[in-house]
Amino acid sequence: MAYIDPHIHMVSRTTDDYRRMAEAGCVAITEPAFWAGFDRSSPAAFADYFRQLTQVEPKRAAAYGIDHYCWLCINPKEAEDPVFAREVIALVPEFLKADNVLGIGEIGLNKNSKNEMAILEEQIELAKQHNQMILVHTPHLEDKLKGTRLTMDALKNADVDPGRVLIDHVEEHTVAEVLDRGFWAGMTLYPDSKCTPQRAVDIIECFGNERIWINSAGDWGPSDPLSVPKCHREMHRRGHGPSLAEKISLHNPIAFLSQSSAFKPPCEAARPTVSA
Amino acid sequence: MPSPTCPLDVGKTVDLYFMEHRAKLLDIAAFLDRLDRSSGGPADDVRIRALKQVIPLLIDGQGNRTQRILERLSDHTSEPIPAAHTKAAIGVDPHGDY
Repeated sequence: MAYIDPHIHMVSRTTDDYRRMAEAGCVAITEPAFWAGFDRSSPAAFADYFRQLTQVEPKRAAAYGIDHYCWLCINPKEAEDPVFAREVIALVPEFLKADNVLGIGEIGLNKNSKNEMAILEEQIELAKQHNQMILVHTPHLEDKLKGTRLTMDALKNADVDPGRVLIDHVEEHTVAEVLDRGFWAGMTLYPDSKCTPQRAVDIIECFGNERIWINSAGDWGPSDPLSVPKCHREMHRRGHGPSLAEKISLHNPIAFLSQSSAFKPPCEAARPTVSA
Repeated sequence: MPSPTCPLDVGKTVDLYFMEHRAKLLDIAAFLDRLDRSSGGPADDVRIRALKQVIPLLIDGQGNRTQRILERLSDHTSEPIPAAHTKAAIGVDPHGDY
């Protein structure tokens, strides 16, 4: 089945992963800018990173028939130093001109600090100034509930259309509020610390399949770039028809991402849908 | 009880998932036994207090167990903290009443 992995950090993955994803049916990915596992020492390092996201990765992906898109920002884990963060933010507008940029992301909070909040609000304003969509990172573990609410409040205070924002890494205690407030929701499938494929299917069964997607968020840590098709297998194992996986991993991502003029729906998406 | 949204009937759900979750339950039991056999270090850890507090939610007869456990382990304050001194989270609210 053709599918989109709408959140994966391919700069941290090997070319073999592109091959395996293509063989599993992946036709497009979107790659948010995030933490590299260490703090970068200068804004120039981010300029190189943004060049990698806008020039290098699209070519690596294209070699395997995968469309590559990205989101740009200073991530919340490197936002505690506002002076440094603002120097990085100043780099972003020039890179927004690249063909594969979908918006600002993944912005958000990590420890829910005052400085993180200030940089989040400034990047929300940046998105508004440039009419960009937003992809939101929410904190993990004990900080998620508070961070998700603070982020949604900041977006509301900035009068951002929630239909153009995806709140990522939702779990059972945040998904209802995210959807109720009109945002899109992303579930991240991780071997440790986040949602498992089983729990993701539970959440879909409990909260429905509208304005929601799944992603691998594969990166440099313990993660699985094939977790999206593995979640499809979990749906099948429970007796859900193939239309559910297509809805979650193809039609929903296309509906959300098509709000950006940079996004071109993959041709495989035009294939007939099999009814459940 | 919640409305039935999982296509599997009860028997098939048990057949499909029981062994996996039996093993996970034994992992938790072995972890707690391992703690009993450990020596030195802090005698009390907020993470273990929190874990032991939420385990009864598994068998209290109410639904939404995952959501209620996640909420119990969450920071419920609403104001940003003054500064982030670490990037890491520990998995439970360090100031929680456990």
